[in-house]
This record gives sequence, structure tokens and C-alpha cells, in this order.
Amino acid sequence: MGSSGMAAVGAGVDKSRIGVYVCRCGLNIAQTVDCAKVAQNAAGIADVVVSKEITYACSEPGQMEILEDIKENGLDRIVVASCSPRLHEPTFRQMMKKAGLNPYLMEMANLREQCSWVHMKEPDAATKKAEDLVKMAVARVGLLWPLTEEIVPLTKKTMVIGGGIAGIQAALDLADTGYEVILVEKTPSIGGVMAQLDKTFPTMDCSI
Amino acid sequence: MADVGRHPNITLHTMSEVVDIKGFVGNFNIRVLKKSRYVDESECTACGECAKVCPVVYPDEFNVGLSSRRAVYMPFPQAVPSSYAINMNECLGHGCSKCADACDKNCIHFHMSDEDFQVNVGSIIVATGLEPYDPREMDEYGYTRYENVMTSLEFERMVNAGGPTEGNLICPKGRKTPRSVGFIQCVGSRSRQKGGEYCSNTCCMNTIKSTLVLKEHYPDMEIKVFYIDIRAFGKGFEDLFNRSRKLGVQYVRGLPGSIEELEDGSVRVAVENTGTGRIEYHDLNMMVLALGMKPSSGTQRLQEMMGLQLTSDGFYLEAHPKLQPVDAATRGIFYAGCAEGPKDIKESVTQGSAAAVRAIRLMHRGVITTEPITSEVIAEHCVSCGKCATVCPYNAIAVDTKKKIPAVVNTAACAGCGTCAAECKFGAIVMNHYTDEQINSQTDIMLAENAADKILTFACNWCSYAGADYAGVSRLQYPANVRLIRTMCSGRVDEEFVWHAFEKGAPVVLVSGCHIGDCHYIDANHWTEKRINKMHKKMEKMGIRPERLQLEWISAAEGIRFAGVMKDMDQLRQNVTEAEIVETVKILGERKKKK
Repeated sequence: MGSSGMAAVGAGVDKSRIGVYVCRCGLNIAQTVDCAKVAQNAAGIADVVVSKEITYACSEPGQMEILEDIKENGLDRIVVASCSPRLHEPTFRQMMKKAGLNPYLMEMANLREQCSWVHMKEPDAATKKAEDLVKMAVARVGLLWPLTEEIVPLTKKTMVIGGGIAGIQAALDLADTGYEVILVEKTPSIGGVMAQLDKTFPTMDCSI
Repeated sequence: MADVGRHPNITLHTMSEVVDIKGFVGNFNIRVLKKSRYVDESECTACGECAKVCPVVYPDEFNVGLSSRRAVYMPFPQAVPSSYAINMNECLGHGCSKCADACDKNCIHFHMSDEDFQVNVGSIIVATGLEPYDPREMDEYGYTRYENVMTSLEFERMVNAGGPTEGNLICPKGRKTPRSVGFIQCVGSRSRQKGGEYCSNTCCMNTIKSTLVLKEHYPDMEIKVFYIDIRAFGKGFEDLFNRSRKLGVQYVRGLPGSIEELEDGSVRVAVENTGTGRIEYHDLNMMVLALGMKPSSGTQRLQEMMGLQLTSDGFYLEAHPKLQPVDAATRGIFYAGCAEGPKDIKESVTQGSAAAVRAIRLMHRGVITTEPITSEVIAEHCVSCGKCATVCPYNAIAVDTKKKIPAVVNTAACAGCGTCAAECKFGAIVMNHYTDEQINSQTDIMLAENAADKILTFACNWCSYAGADYAGVSRLQYPANVRLIRTMCSGRVDEEFVWHAFEKGAPVVLVSGCHIGDCHYIDANHWTEKRINKMHKKMEKMGIRPERLQLEWISAAEGIRFAGVMKDMDQLRQNVTEAEIVETVKILGERKKKK
């Protein structure tokens, strides 16, 4: 994709060009929330240039569609109204980078975990809430600033706390790959509860 | 196990505990307390001469008390490191020193002291394991009252060739090989009264394995298993279950209500067989309690140190139950094994490998990108009062209050909670990505229409917002007039955000965050609590009902609680009259004018 040739937009000096994508999430959102109506409603908000519903925003075709819109319409800020940002914020920030935009000029509205799934029997109220959440996200996205990540050095070492079977396996895999491991165990020996077992299922062999 | 001891890339610290963790992903600084072993582990050849002469005898932990050891001991023959250790609480000390005299290599040193050292690492894998359930709580099974009632762990040690009886099963009372053995399942699991409500995952298969071991050694032994459900869900598990049944092991569906001891030390169990609907009595020479798993005892302390989250069962909570099963919500920390929940060896090994790869994925580039969501000081507005530095949980802000040099934020150390910005009375701190304008704009839009119908909730990213997500994943229904505004921490919720919301006609406002002690930003939520308490007093003075501002702690695992709190908030909202809102708007409007 690369940069679409437009200037990076600063802190709202120019008018923003916002794209809004209301994800249906298959039927996860769409069975309760009237996504078309939410998208239509958002289209009327100032600075919103594109507003549409989309089947799966996170999918490859979904992201491609957004990327193409960004290029064609010179969008500089994006609202994705889909699931929890705790799940897909990294996905869409990555997409922003792909489009040559600052990843922090993207905002999500949580229409799935905090709307369609929790108001399943009230489609009208859920749709109304979804409209509010999108409006809130649009207001916020317009005020966001581009931010840059810092790159800092990292210590290529891992501490494994606990020397039972899980800790042993993790320590060995890391160490075999060439990473330094510090394994901390409370008792005088590693082995944990596993070492106390006689035969172990499903192989019926000894544990040590 | 031996590979760990030999591996050039692994430094093993036994008898050691983590006592403090500072820093952040890529650069954690960890303080470890290493208790002294009093035996030089690099010199010790594990010859055992020391233990032969030690006069102090104690129960052997490894054999769960079924045999004894000395004060200088090797936990078990294959122990790693292969070295003896002295338990100084038991040792007679200098007056005795028989062991030191017996040691040819002179590797026993009574003057050895505990080590307290620090290490820097880029990532952490938490594999703190489990603790078996203590069945003494379930008095009906008579463990410790009746000698022939044993735990599954004691049974394991006894049938082990290297165990105290060299693999021979012997009734503790009567000292004879039992002719009949019973197993009781779900001891400490799947119960609302005692132990955990969860399934411990491994006990069914462990018991099935035990029945096969017994049938191999004692083909004529009568074996009965009392169970609720047999959960043989893994690969090859059903085969083992069928083999056990074919060998004549009886599976009785029903958990015994009580156990009584008979004269010869055998036990009589009373059980309602739900297969036949009858009360049955079974006499058995030995009874084995299939113990469930509990989180390891240090779990909570470590969780508080690292600001991690726990499920209601007390195990560590993963970032996502399906898609990030070994990641903690805190970047750079991963889980492996039973620390995250009860699991068997295969699953523990799988998770151990998975956690290792997740750590490698993070570290392989040698550098790490930090989130730019940090605070910044506007020097011209700063009066160098020092408040921000006081509230910062990370000591990331330097300010010279005497020389009146404005505050400076160390962005590498700043974790982005935003407490400083909320506490600064002079508007001198900007919290990137969560600025006053960015947050208030959401409030404005939300309350632009039908404000009186809405419930404004500030939710912290790590606990309360995640708790709301969990309510969603669990399809818990709650009033549709709830609107969330996400902040990274409840500490970010500035007094002014709340006044602004009330001024815009909010009937009620909820501030929600992690439970005290669980804050993702060490203790930033303490400041939230203080702030809200202060605001309640101010509200009273101003003539605004303090109940309209609520503070709730909701964890990432408390979906049910989140939905419940939302219902309560709606109740509260219905009690707020239109006139009351108008009055509040007026009061706050005047307050603004005065400012």
C-alpha cells in the first residue's frame, strides 16, 4: 500500500477526513444491531467522509476494503465499530501503518461485547446505543494526536518462576533456542508435583 | 530434569523466591531471595555420608510424611541440583556438626548466609504450579481420623518403586496389603460447599491410571471408584477407562455421604448410587481420596507484585481464553502450567513450550517498541508542587520542589496510568491519547440527547472494561442505557471529568477500576479512591446527592458483577429526578463561573 501521498494530519489544524466502518461480525453484531442504520447515521456527522457497514472488518477482505477507501478518499482517521479494542486494536493499528497513517488516529467502538451481546432482546435500544458509541468514537478520533512509538533496548533473558514440569519445559525450550534463562524454584529441587507421581497417564510410564 | 541442571544457558536458583519486581516489558528488574542451603551444591557429590550421621529426624516432605529424613537431606534421589541441603530450623547447629565432620569434601558450611540479589530480564514466565487440596476440611471422609483413608498423593508415593514401601501397597492400619481399595473422586473439586467449584481436570484420569497400576500388581484386588462423572476427554483417555473397566474395576456413580471405620481398620462408606437410586454400603480395606488442585500458595503475593489478574478460582487470568491462552494482560509476562488453571502433564508441557515461544517472539529482535501512551508536562503551567511525583506509582516523574524546577516525565519508566494528569490542579500534565478534551468530548456527545436516561461509566482498561467484555462474552444482559468511556486506569478519572458530566446533565456517574491490590499500575487506584471520597464530601457541601457518583471495583473475571452493578446503577438513575438534574447543572454552572 505505502503512503498514499497525502500529508500526515496534525492535531486538527486541517479538517479531518474520517472513515467509519460498522462491522457486522457475521451475525454477532448484525443480529441485534441494525448496522446499516448505524452506518447511515454516522454518515451525517461532520467530517465523516465514508461510512459503511462491513461483514468482517478484521478479515483480509475487510481490511483491504478500508485500505482502498483510505487511498481513494484521502481518509486520515478511522473509526472501526466492531468488537472490543482489547481484542483487535493491534490489528487495526497495524492496518493504519500499512496505509501510511499514524496508528493512533484510529478509534474503536465496542459494538459486540458491549452492545449486541449484552442487549440481545432489545434490538432498538442496542441500535440506539451503537449509534451513540459510534458518535462518541467519531468525536474522540477527531481529537486524537498522532503518536510515535519509542524503540528501547531489551534484555534478552527470561526468568521462569517455578521449576515444575511447565517451568522446566519453558526453560529448556528457551535455552535450546539460545536464550539465557534464570529458573527460580522455591524448594531445594526442581520437579514439582510431577516428580512425586508414580506412573503417569496416558503413557503409563514414570514421571521423572 | 537433569538437562536443566546441565544446560549452559540455564541458571538454576533453588530455595529461592521472587520478592520484588520492578520495570516493564523488555526490562524487568527482579529481586530474588535465595535461602542458604548450607551445603556447597557445586562440590556436593550426594554421597549421603552426612545424612547417615545426622541425629535429627523429620517427616519426609517428598514422601508426604510416609517416611522420614534427616535435617541434612536430599529431597529425592533424582533431585536437581544433585546436592544435599540443611534445614536450619531443624539442625542442632554448631554444637553438633556431625555432618560437617563426616563430609570428606568439606562442602558443609554453617556460616553460609542467604543471598539477596537482582537480575534484569526481558520477559517472565510464571509457572508457579499447584497445591493439592487439603482434605481435612471434608470431615465426612475422615482423613487423619481413619488411618486407612489416604490421599491420592500418599497413594502415589506408596505404589512408587522408589517410595517408602518400595512400591508395595500397605494399609497404614494393620500393615497388610489391602484386598479391596476404593477411590473417591472430586475431593476438593466441583463443590459449592468445600474446595473449588471448578473441575480439577486430572483426577479422573489419575484414578484410572491408579486402578490400572493396582490391577497390574494385584489382579484379584477389588477396586471401586465413586464418582460424579468420569471425564476421560483427552487423546487415548477413553481407552484407558475402558481397559480399567474390562479389568473389573467397578465404577459407582455417586459420592459417599459418610465414612466410618470398622474394627480391623477397614472403612464402610455409605453412598447413594445414582445409577440404581439406592443407598449402598461398601466395605473397603483402604480408601483413596482423589485430591483436586488449588492455586499455589504464593500466587496472590506474586500477582500483587506484578499487577496481574486472577480468576475467581484464584488461578491466573490469561489475556484471552482462546486466542492468548498463555499471555498475561501485562506485556512480557506469560503463564505456563497449573498456575493458569488445573491441567495434566501433557497440557503443562504444551503450555510451557507455548510460553517459551511467546517470550522468544517478543525478544528476538533485541529491541522493543514502547507504547507512546505516556504523560507529558507543560513546563509553563507547572508550579513544581510535586504532587505528580508523589502519586506516580513508577517514580517516573522528577521534580525539584525547593528550587522550583518544573516536573519532567521519564517516558521509558512511565506506564501511562494518567494519575498524575488527574491529580495536577494546574492543568500542567497532558496524558497522551487520554487528554481532557478527548475524554470530555465523549461525555458531551453521549449526553447531548436524553442525558437523563443514560448511565455514564468510566472503566479502566485492564479490569472493569475487561469485566464488561467478559459480561459480553458470557452473554449477560444488562440495561442498554449504559455507556462506557475507557481510560487506561481509574486513576486517570479527573475530578473535572465527573463535574463536567454532571454539568452536562448526567443523572449518575460510575467510576470503576481494578480491586484494591490488583491495580495494573501498582497502586494508582488508591488515588482514585481518595479522590472519589473527597468528591463525595464536596458534593454534600454543594447540595448534590453523593450517591449519584459511585465507585466500584470490578475485575476482568467479574462479568456477573459488572452486569449486576449496571442494574444497580439503573435503579439509582431512576431515583434521580429531572428537577434534581436541573438543580445540579445550575450549581455546577455557577461553580464554573466562580473559577
